[in-house]
Amino acid sequence: MAEIRNYTLNFGPQHPAAHGVLRLVLEMDGEVIERADPHVGLLHRGTEKLAEHKPFNHSIPYMDRLDYVSMMCNEHGYVGAIEKLLGIEVPERAQYIRVMFDEITRILNHLMWLGAHALDVGAMTVFLYAFREREDLMDCYEAVSGARMHAAYYRVGGVYRDLPDQMPRYTKDHLRREKDVKYRNRAREGSLLDFIEDFTERFPGYIDEYETLLTDNRIWKQRLVGIGVVTPERARQLGFTGPMIRGSGIAWDLRKKQPYAAYDKVDFDIPVGSNGDSYDRYLVRVEEMRQSNRIIKQCVDWLKNNSGPVMVGDPKVAPPPREKMKDDMEALIHHFKLFTEGYTVPEGEAYFAVEAPKGEFGCYIISDGANKPYRLKIRAPGFAHMAAMDEMTRGHMLADVVAVIGTMDVVFGEIDR
Amino acid sequence: MSLEDRLDDLEEAFEDYLEEDYPDCKWTRALGEMTLTVPREQLLPVMEILRSNSNLSFEQCIDVCGVDYAAYGHSEWNAENAPNTGFSRGAERELVTEFEAESRFAVVYHLLSLSHNVRLRVKVFLDADYPVVDSVTGIWTSANWFEREAFDLFGILFTGHPDLRRILTDYGFIGHPFRKDFPLVGQVEMRYDEDKGRVVYEPVTIEQRALVPRVVRHDYRYEEGCAVVKEEEQEQADG
Repeated sequence: MAEIRNYTLNFGPQHPAAHGVLRLVLEMDGEVIERADPHVGLLHRGTEKLAEHKPFNHSIPYMDRLDYVSMMCNEHGYVGAIEKLLGIEVPERAQYIRVMFDEITRILNHLMWLGAHALDVGAMTVFLYAFREREDLMDCYEAVSGARMHAAYYRVGGVYRDLPDQMPRYTKDHLRREKDVKYRNRAREGSLLDFIEDFTERFPGYIDEYETLLTDNRIWKQRLVGIGVVTPERARQLGFTGPMIRGSGIAWDLRKKQPYAAYDKVDFDIPVGSNGDSYDRYLVRVEEMRQSNRIIKQCVDWLKNNSGPVMVGDPKVAPPPREKMKDDMEALIHHFKLFTEGYTVPEGEAYFAVEAPKGEFGCYIISDGANKPYRLKIRAPGFAHMAAMDEMTRGHMLADVVAVIGTMDVVFGEIDR
Repeated sequence: MSLEDRLDDLEEAFEDYLEEDYPDCKWTRALGEMTLTVPREQLLPVMEILRSNSNLSFEQCIDVCGVDYAAYGHSEWNAENAPNTGFSRGAERELVTEFEAESRFAVVYHLLSLSHNVRLRVKVFLDADYPVVDSVTGIWTSANWFEREAFDLFGILFTGHPDLRRILTDYGFIGHPFRKDFPLVGQVEMRYDEDKGRVVYEPVTIEQRALVPRVVRHDYRYEEGCAVVKEEEQEQADG
């Protein structure tokens, strides 16, 4: 009889289902995975080391580029840690804006995840649907910050500026006819908040569309049910957070358990899975989108009825208003000093965690009293999830590896940092 | 139960279950966070208690990271006189040569108790010549990759780790890039060599440049008696 040996399969780093640059070395017995060894770090940029060489404010744009599909949540984790060290209380309006954009970000992330996951498993349509809605939400990003993705909108002490009164509109040009422009501008007549409100009215219907395509889909269920099962005990051991731990039946959500910003003032539920398999995690994330929609609605209501500052008045961290800089020497100096030298942060250490769409995103900052962090450690949720790759895929088939990568919702910007 | 209450309970639990057997463990409370400093020899038993004692029960190891304290409080380049003399962007970099060798490195663990809803930071200090500490992978599986990362970036060794390999840096990388004596621009640069038909590594040709115009440790502008703040206050009073 011929000798049967395991063989090693190299998966990635350039594989469409690897979600970026994951290299997996799979030891296989026939088509069954015996051992999976993920090689990460192909996107390592040394963000933490770079941040140690810059004033605090200069690193905010780096945060966008960590988990590049949930940008503002990363910023929230970073500015939150600095605010904790500085002892700054953020104005209420800024807190609501942050909550609103955190949830917009969550929907953005989950749409990306849903589309990519379905595409990996073999469903093309959902991807196109998901990107249709992402476009609207990216327009919200653009309206407040000027950038569609890498916003750098959250600043220490609040947010960069208040929400615009006028949602940017399309104009007629040689590419768009009058009729198209009118169609595209149908929700853009009012302010940004009107646009977001209109979106929250439409969005539940869109989620129903995705669910019609997937939830009871026979192929979808065959590919996900019973794949990558994680028991609650193992989920705790493996350091899972976010939808990954909730999919295993543990109702742990930092927004509820350790509320930050204005999360204690909004009403929402935590969806929890029961079997801990990929299908449950899918259901959890879809329900999370509905809950995010609910939170956004409440924030829009509050923001429409309440006004106030969106940045602390402390001249140490907040730049002077633009108008003042035109004729006030002191304001100009303050502006220059703030953006070149930054501010000194008292000696100490702080860890601040937010419930990012993928799980717990935390920043641990050690300050030695200078105007740059002494050490910044970014706790990325995907890193702990990726570490469980071996355990989750062992005994599964090769095709299930793709489903497990999809269900973990990994982004290599944050894993490799 | 508020955060303060939960931290009070935690402190009580420390007094009941740790203080007697491990008197060298010190805890401090700052900014609503608890930090427990543990001598390196006692790490494993203390972690075991933190994990399994039902009054503490830290079920999750959220994060493990290394810290290099070599340059703590130092400035990399002297820019004190820069406002008077002018400042060159290519300032001379001062290498860190003096540091407290006994406590150069630290391993920082962030633990989370789901049942008590409280966080804890555990710190272990290691010396420069022998940065070795016991691995906690036996207690929390999640520590596996985090410890690999600390080994990769700081060269901290974890005894008992099942698979201590580099994780984030390139295959065949030399050095530990997050140490404070490792330059930001790195040691080698990489390019494709047409003659050899492969990628070659060479010493870096760019110079380390100053990214922070001036490291400020003492910001006099916001101190009491400073003209700027007084003006601001005056304006606020005037409305």
